[in-house]
Amino acid sequence: MIRLLGDCIVSPLGFSSRENFNAVKSGQSSIREEDGAVSRIDRSLLSRCFNSTGAISGDYTPLEQAMICAAFHAVKQSGIDASSPRTIFIISTTKGNVELLGETVHPYGPQRIYLWHTARLVSDFFNNPNKPFVVSNACISGSCAQITAKRLMERRLYDYAVVVGGDMLSEFIVSGFQSFQSLSPVRCRPFDAGRKGLNLGEAGAAMVYGRHEENDHMPGLYLTAGAIRNDANHISGPSRTGEGLYLALEEVLEQTGRDSLAFINAHGTATLYNDQMEAVSLSRSGLLAIPVNSLKAYLGHTLGAAGVVESILSLMALNEGIVLPSLGYEIHGVTENINVITQCIPTTGNRFLKMLSGFGGCNAVLLFEKKV
Amino acid sequence: MKKITSYYRLKDNRLTDLYRTLEISYPKFFKMDRLCKAGFLASEMVFRSLGEDPQTPKHDTALVFMNSSSSLDNDMDYQTTILPGNYYPSPALFVYTLANIVTGEVAIRNKIFGETSFYISSGFSAKELIITAEGAFDGKGIRRVLCGWTEYFKDACDVLVMMVEKDAAEGLDFTEKNINQIY
Repeated sequence: MIRLLGDCIVSPLGFSSRENFNAVKSGQSSIREEDGAVSRIDRSLLSRCFNSTGAISGDYTPLEQAMICAAFHAVKQSGIDASSPRTIFIISTTKGNVELLGETVHPYGPQRIYLWHTARLVSDFFNNPNKPFVVSNACISGSCAQITAKRLMERRLYDYAVVVGGDMLSEFIVSGFQSFQSLSPVRCRPFDAGRKGLNLGEAGAAMVYGRHEENDHMPGLYLTAGAIRNDANHISGPSRTGEGLYLALEEVLEQTGRDSLAFINAHGTATLYNDQMEAVSLSRSGLLAIPVNSLKAYLGHTLGAAGVVESILSLMALNEGIVLPSLGYEIHGVTENINVITQCIPTTGNRFLKMLSGFGGCNAVLLFEKKV
Repeated sequence: MKKITSYYRLKDNRLTDLYRTLEISYPKFFKMDRLCKAGFLASEMVFRSLGEDPQTPKHDTALVFMNSSSSLDNDMDYQTTILPGNYYPSPALFVYTLANIVTGEVAIRNKIFGETSFYISSGFSAKELIITAEGAFDGKGIRRVLCGWTEYFKDACDVLVMMVEKDAAEGLDFTEKNINQIY
């Protein structure tokens, strides 16, 4: 179990977790249908936000700016010493600065294309002496990075972990998803009968975690358990039986029990197969009564940032005692009778599950909890 | 002490030649990018030396790979399909533009239902391989972890895949020293 000490989301909906949470709560979406139904961060606003950290934005790519910006504010909020050898950085990204492949001339140097180099730039910004860990596990990376933080701290290798997720949209990524025919031309509709695919989104997000001593009953928000499981079925499509996700759910629930679940924050990309697969897994795990939401219609699928962004927003909802509504859902569109929430509702539950699934057949489930 | 019960070191980039010596029929192999082929072949050798049937479902096995260049080798191929004036994005190439697809290919071939994870590091590090593989043993019922360094970039193949087991009587101790020796 590890404790959340600080967090920040950098997205088109705002440059702090609070701004993002308030926007989502009031039903705002950053997906611009006139711009190809994607969610992009305004570059001049981003560099202005970045310059407030005291560094010069021109030295950093937009992805690095978003990651550093988010980490800067999360670290500040947490009050930890990010330059300590007892602090580790864990970076989550799927494609890093891949857009540089398409640019014959750029000012950043040939190493900038490597994910470990991006990670190093982030940890160097904070003068952290440790070599950062980099998780690149497709769309579940953001949850895997948090599980990695938990494992490292439970083994007492570090006292603090700064988890930073980020991906930006380039021609490379957008064209690929287009070629897969998985993009929706309109704002996505998770779990709805009329869903036409996903929207891609840009974000950088960070969470600072602290090591938790046993028998310490400090109030706060905790990552209690996590599991990763593979479908062993297909590299680009989810298993029809939801095998990997079901196994991950069972593994987490066996450790923590099923009581007091306030809600389940699904992956809910709004592709036909993903949403159906999640519904099957939830049904197999006996979780049909628990409120379910997807946050994809607010910010799009933010790839390597998704696990971090959606965990933060869901933690804020848990902390306020509410369940955020799932935007875009009207007519039930999966075979199982899952309980998709469309209005903001109060909850007395003190825990929630976060689910993610990705290419390569991987699935991750996290369980978070509020202690009072 | 956990043991390395089998390992395979692959530096030769003639991957199709190695595939043919295996005398298996797995047509999916020919669709894979070079990183996946390399990781697949090394894993195949490890499972073969352990005398295991790929068709047996494995819930006690996790998979943790690491490399330096992610999927850049294939990313550069995909990039040539989206050039201005010659824009035909290939879904067959795009699917391999993620580092962890190799873990998916190996999981499918060997019916591995445990964790699959992919980490990126600036260079081969026995210490990081141990830390990340140890983490995967946290998974419920995980008795062994197929782990290693799977690097393939610009015709340079640099792969070491190891099976690490919790309760094995025989094998090399899973230590930095031993890993560096077999690398």
